[in-house]
Amino acid sequence: MRFSGLRVLREGLTGNRGWTAQWRDPEPQAEYDAVIIGGGGHGLSTAYYLAKNHGMTNIAVLEKGYLGGGNVGRNTTIVRGNYFLPGNSEFYSHSLKLWEGLSEELNYNVMFSQRGVITLFHSDAQRDASARRGNAMINQGDDAELLDRAGLRKLLPYLDYDNGRFPIYGGLLHRRGGTARHDAVAWGYARGADQRGVDLIQQCEVTGIDIENGKVRGVQTTRGAIRAKKVAIVTAGRSGQVAAMAGMRLPIESHVLQAFVSEGLKPVIDHVVSFGMGHFYISQSDKGGLVFGGDLDFYASYAQRGNLPMMEHVMEAGMTLMPMIGKARVLRSWGGIMDMTPDGSPIIDKTETEGLFVDCGWCYGGFKAVPASGFALAHLMATGQHHETAAGFRLDRFRSGEGLMDEEATGSQHNLH
Amino acid sequence: MRIECPICGSRDRREFYYRGDAIALARPAPDAGDDVWDAYLHLRDNPAGETRDLWQHEGGCGAWLVVTRDTVTHAVHAVELASDVKRAMA
Ligand SMILES: Cc1cc2nc3c(=O)[nH]c(=O)nc-3n(C[C@H](O)[C@H](O)[C@H](O)COP(=O)(O)OP(=O)(O)OC[C@H]3O[C@@H](n4cnc5c(N)ncnc54)[C@H](O)[C@@H]3O)c2cc1C
Ligand SMILES: [Zn+2]
Repeated sequence: MRFSGLRVLREGLTGNRGWTAQWRDPEPQAEYDAVIIGGGGHGLSTAYYLAKNHGMTNIAVLEKGYLGGGNVGRNTTIVRGNYFLPGNSEFYSHSLKLWEGLSEELNYNVMFSQRGVITLFHSDAQRDASARRGNAMINQGDDAELLDRAGLRKLLPYLDYDNGRFPIYGGLLHRRGGTARHDAVAWGYARGADQRGVDLIQQCEVTGIDIENGKVRGVQTTRGAIRAKKVAIVTAGRSGQVAAMAGMRLPIESHVLQAFVSEGLKPVIDHVVSFGMGHFYISQSDKGGLVFGGDLDFYASYAQRGNLPMMEHVMEAGMTLMPMIGKARVLRSWGGIMDMTPDGSPIIDKTETEGLFVDCGWCYGGFKAVPASGFALAHLMATGQHHETAAGFRLDRFRSGEGLMDEEATGSQHNLH
Repeated sequence: MRIECPICGSRDRREFYYRGDAIALARPAPDAGDDVWDAYLHLRDNPAGETRDLWQHEGGCGAWLVVTRDTVTHAVHAVELASDVKRAMA
């Protein structure tokens, strides 16, 4: 079924009785050409591009819960292409371009809203660093504008510019960045994959990975054994545990990241505002809720919920930056499990087991990567070659020290990225 | 979350700095080779359940601690002075 304005109109006038399920609920088959473990954003986009770009349609996505129930449905939906280092730069630039055509591509409204991402700076040195980052973004073919205080005030009149500790000097504006509807991205890719014949199998937890003579043979699941010569681990915060089923240890520590949303308000924050010095960022959803967050809770965790100290910190940072939000009431808070790497950059690679692939290490920035990650992993699985936009995301860079992509230069401590 | 410092007693989590897996105490020899150093610096068991990690009582006595706790429930099971653990390892 294709979605269109006309269709919405017709269904509206006829009692909305013509809508059908957006994907099938198939029984797992005994064998597939490829199996993707994890039905989050990355797993679903990988399945979509395997089918669409490479004609691999005899494949399955195995999800232990329901599609989109992991981080892809828990994040704060910020999409930007303001990375800096070679390796990351071309990848996120590619992802942003895919975002720009995604609703048309999927015939699914992912509500990508290029409202602009503004990163604040608070000193001369930070202004220089912002200018450098902006130039890097322009050189990679994307957009950046350096706003001085007066220019920023026109866009964000509500900030506390004269804060004693962090007076605001200006901001780096990335106009093509913005937000998207997280569930829609998962659902759009799921529907597109299903339409091309991919089996999306929910309530199917992978419990083992079968390997013979260094080659992957398939997986064991709570719904029986499934054979496949190609298997991809795309399980975000759970990557370490699934990789352990193949006898691997990954360079990953799982941490909890929280987010918060207020009650719905009239439009007041038109952009995504990022206040790095306070570890705080905020945007307003199309429903009107202020969506905001901060840093990790900082200790390894699989709890999908955080503790109060970080909540307090985030609220304090928000009040410091924009005192006007003080009267808004917080509606909900939640947490997700982040797959943190020692350089803060991801991994899309083959493994020592033939036919076994990993796509992980997205830290807290993997939502914006959903299109390009699936695109690149599908390319790697189908052709055996790294796609040029993701050629730097090697698993062995940590051992060799070559090609590390440490954007913030915080060193090899997983939780500091 | 509260952590029982062996020196100061039960304190709020905010007084403590988190370093990561207690593997940090088992520093290899400088010439141990790439694989050993990779395992020490980067690779992690990353368990969902009981783990041992290294914290510092930064806002208190300053001691480094090995905390045994559960990454799923956030329950803290045991806290030892890292210096004691190091001595036992020797
Ligand atoms: C609070 C928060 C805010 C964030 N904000 C942003 C942001 O603003 N911008 C941004 O770019 N990124 C953001 N992120 C990060 C982003 O959400 C993640 O990096 C990204 O979603 C991870 O990839 P995924 O979608 O594939 O993961 P997930 O959706 O977590 O998918 C992994 C799936 O694997 C399944 N799985 C695990 N183990 C098994 C198994 N054994 N068998 C079968 N299935 C299994 C899980 O159930 C899950 O559905 C944020 C994350 C959080 C938690
Ligand atoms: Zn103490």
